[in-house]
Amino acid sequence: MKSESAPTRERPIIPASNPGRIGESRPRADGVPKVKGEFEYSSDLWMDGMLWGATLRSPHPHANIWSIDATEAEGMPGVHAVLTHEDVPGRKVYGMEVPDQPVLAWEHVRYEGEPIAIVAADHPETARRALEKIAVDYEVLDPVTDPEEALKEDTPKLHLSGNVLKEVHIKHGDVNATAEVVVSGEYEIGMQDQAFLGPESGMAVPDGRGGVDLYISTQWLHIDRDQIAESLDLPPEDVRLTLSGVGGAFGGREDLSMQLHSCMLALDTGRPVKMMYNREESFYGHVHRHPCKMEYEHGADKEGNLVYVNARLVFDGGAYASSSNAVCLNAGTFACGPYNVPNAKIDSFMLYTNNPPCGAMRGFGAVQVCFAHETQMDKLAKELGMNPLELRIKNAMKPGDKFPFGQTVPEPAPVAEILERVKNMPMPEEEEIMGRDLRRLPGGVSNVTHGEGVKRGVGYAVGYKNIGFSAGFDDYSTASITLSVEDGEPLIRVHTAAAEVGQGGITLQAQISRTELGVEKVAVLPADTRIGSAGSTSASRQSYVTGGAVKMACEAVKEKVFEKVREEFGENGELSMEDGGVSAGDRRIVSLADLLDGDEIEETVVYRHKPTYPLDENGQGDAHFQFAFAAHRAVVEVDEELGLVRVVEIATAQDVGKVMNPQSLEGQIQGGVAQGLGLALLEEIQMKDGKVQNASFTDYLLPTIFDMPPVRMEVLELADPDAPYGLKGVGEPPTISSTPAIVAALRDATGRELNRVPVKPERLAGIEEEPVRRAPQPGSCGPVAERSES
Amino acid sequence: MEFLQPDNLREAFEMRASHPGAAPICGGTDIMVELNFDHRRPEYVLDLTRVPELAEWSRENGGFRVGAGVSYTRIIEELGESLPGLAMASRTVGSPQIRNRGTVGGNLGTASPAGDGLPPLYASDAEVEVASLEGTRRIPVAEFITGPKRNALGDGELITAFHIPEADGPQQYSKIGTRNAMVIAVCAFGLALHPEKGKVGACIGSAAPTPVRTKEAEEFIEGVISESDLWQTRREISGSALRRFGDMVEMSAKPISDVRGTAAYRTRAVGVLARRTLSWAWDEYRGGSR
Repeated sequence: MKSESAPTRERPIIPASNPGRIGESRPRADGVPKVKGEFEYSSDLWMDGMLWGATLRSPHPHANIWSIDATEAEGMPGVHAVLTHEDVPGRKVYGMEVPDQPVLAWEHVRYEGEPIAIVAADHPETARRALEKIAVDYEVLDPVTDPEEALKEDTPKLHLSGNVLKEVHIKHGDVNATAEVVVSGEYEIGMQDQAFLGPESGMAVPDGRGGVDLYISTQWLHIDRDQIAESLDLPPEDVRLTLSGVGGAFGGREDLSMQLHSCMLALDTGRPVKMMYNREESFYGHVHRHPCKMEYEHGADKEGNLVYVNARLVFDGGAYASSSNAVCLNAGTFACGPYNVPNAKIDSFMLYTNNPPCGAMRGFGAVQVCFAHETQMDKLAKELGMNPLELRIKNAMKPGDKFPFGQTVPEPAPVAEILERVKNMPMPEEEEIMGRDLRRLPGGVSNVTHGEGVKRGVGYAVGYKNIGFSAGFDDYSTASITLSVEDGEPLIRVHTAAAEVGQGGITLQAQISRTELGVEKVAVLPADTRIGSAGSTSASRQSYVTGGAVKMACEAVKEKVFEKVREEFGENGELSMEDGGVSAGDRRIVSLADLLDGDEIEETVVYRHKPTYPLDENGQGDAHFQFAFAAHRAVVEVDEELGLVRVVEIATAQDVGKVMNPQSLEGQIQGGVAQGLGLALLEEIQMKDGKVQNASFTDYLLPTIFDMPPVRMEVLELADPDAPYGLKGVGEPPTISSTPAIVAALRDATGRELNRVPVKPERLAGIEEEPVRRAPQPGSCGPVAERSES
Repeated sequence: MEFLQPDNLREAFEMRASHPGAAPICGGTDIMVELNFDHRRPEYVLDLTRVPELAEWSRENGGFRVGAGVSYTRIIEELGESLPGLAMASRTVGSPQIRNRGTVGGNLGTASPAGDGLPPLYASDAEVEVASLEGTRRIPVAEFITGPKRNALGDGELITAFHIPEADGPQQYSKIGTRNAMVIAVCAFGLALHPEKGKVGACIGSAAPTPVRTKEAEEFIEGVISESDLWQTRREISGSALRRFGDMVEMSAKPISDVRGTAAYRTRAVGVLARRTLSWAWDEYRGGSR
């Protein structure tokens, strides 16, 4: 049934824009089309003659597979292929750090929703019905769903390597230190979903010569390509990826989802194959944020100087490794928070269980520990009778201090300064509670309170995180800049493989090029694997690393231009590129149109930040190359009786090194706060016996515009001397400490211990038990009010 | 799946009679979700959006006949003054887009205990009008809804309208969701005062297999009010009586625990809503705005 090769899609022509310089607010090119519904997402891909793929998933979190019978499905009219693990041409497993995840399961399934077979059919409904005709003989096993249980000796081993996926132990200073004032606590964080709005989707097109083109929404084209090529048993150059319209990512698109499956089906059928998950399937189709249980002990002297921090972190990694190793390391290194802690003992464990695989999500290990260390700081302040903000400022880390993992805190590290900023920002005005518009009360338009039971609270938190990939990873990006003259006007074409996932990277690349080369018109070409890797759009790293690569490539082009000017015009002085030409001081020498005379100048470069190193056996090493800091203040109102919340305002101060595009930056801060608010109050994938209970946006609740408060922000620009333009990554810090700030405010309002997020209304209102039902007594109508009408 | 599209009510009845398994669809805010999630695969879908008779409302003696296909947005805009409880409930339904599509007829058809439009119908003793080629019958809403996602609609019948008295006193509706908009009820409460009759109507939503009237609590508070002649004097209802009313409403709740909330929370929360909504309605009554 193999047909002739299908034509590869034409490469779209990208219109040149006038992006403005760095530091200017420029709207993103994708903004208006997205609002109008005209943006082409990967789920909109279409080709004549294409087939639709669908995935059969395990209904059981843990089972043996004794047989898979696809005969009936294969015989259905309209079905073109039914593939199982036997049809994987190359390596049958994949994974970014540890290749432990089956492309299609054989013998075992280790989580609910694990892919077992894939189907291609001429209609999505036909494909879906064919899945029902595949007979799988399961032997259902008890799932291991508690990471502490997984850690025990006698628990069944889910992988040959055992249940401990990774452990990180950090020993800093005197691990047996004691202190005058000690506070301890246990904290827990639920499983958050990235909840990107565009579900996993893409289209694979066979090239007719054994290779395949994949149009895909992802965060990192090259790591996808390498894993796909390995499992298809193809040389990497026969697997070509082009980024399609991405509807959000937040870490959830780092791992493969339907990439390999669509390529297998396309190569098998000789037809383009599109795959698109629906929302329910999306919950099973990507990794989530790791749930974590954390035990902490903080010791301080009576003046409030931290003496030691001991922490034990137990992460639920789920069924497969994903990026859990790095999360485990990150969490360990940031477990104490941005404080000068002379002694620390941190034990961070990552366990395999039969829960869904967990992996990357905005904040990546720093989110979990920030909730714990910030709660501990509040507890310590209470124990010491100190203002929680003053305690934080007193212990704030400074450049030259040592991180618990041995690295020296580099310049700039303005922890005390951002805390002072949020302290001094004006408080939101307190509006009279009665007579308010419902939208400004807990419960909103649902009309649950007109002010009854509403208490206000204020909370603070500060957090930090590394930017980019750490611990010895070769974290580089590649950029190509072509300078030419089109229709009499100079034009820059920028090409990288950096995935635009909504963060504004395309606009930023254009702004950098325009600034460096003094040329107004810039076209950013589609990201694809025709050029070298840009690394992942994650870890808040693309502005730094791909931004750095674009800047470096521009500088190489500029040098070529200057050489030409020196050769042709005999100039030896300092040259600059401005207004589409080359000048020496104020003197214009030549326009680029005349200088290039129909030629192009192209430079491709690879940019690397300074190297990082793995941790040693005591968890010590120069593991990270840049750190970003943010502080948050939350003001909340809580309906004490019902446990419903209105977040009144978030105030934040963040050091970004250099503001590259104010509008994009504001968007990142607002969005990060919204995601932190979601984790504080709403967002949790609820699990029961290894099964997801709420795989829909009806029951996995994200904040709406009614839940999201105004964000008051102050941005610091303290340049990092190593970074391009001095910039720092900005994507993640807004998410890290917004959650604990909100929970601290909830505690302030209610006086309740809140040691788990998300904080559910039940917990906030203290309704844990069924109330005693008081039957009315005869004649007990209750006294009528004595007061007369006033 | 076949799509049936009648142009008038008569045609709709004929199609319903000749295709017994057909799923009626109007706003589609429930059915489309079920279809998209593949929870349901009806052989026929009966589209009622082009049946003009269903999208009309009219006054009738002392109340309204509201077509099953009148959207929540229209109820808010066109009937909000006369049916304040139902309008308040309608405002809590989904998003503007959902309110433009969704209908009370759909709430009755789905018969979910969490249907936002249902408690006000119960609290005002509304009747559901169902009809077929055989004729028309009117069923009290509490008899029409027979269980979770079950109703008394017969083969060949369609929900054509509901009949509801005009508000004769203050009404309230209150709903708990874990976020502040666009949320399915964790629990809800509807209340209607009927000063002329000396009656209080009240109904719990989403805390039992069906919406439930709270008879004992209603009788209790009616007793408190009449005992002290409060309908006439319009004096305050005491805090202890309000609390007792809440406690008795709690007694009528028979909730379950699920992903949206625990049984304990739902029980306690409907009591709080009962107490608060009664105090708001009574304050309004004392203010004499009605």
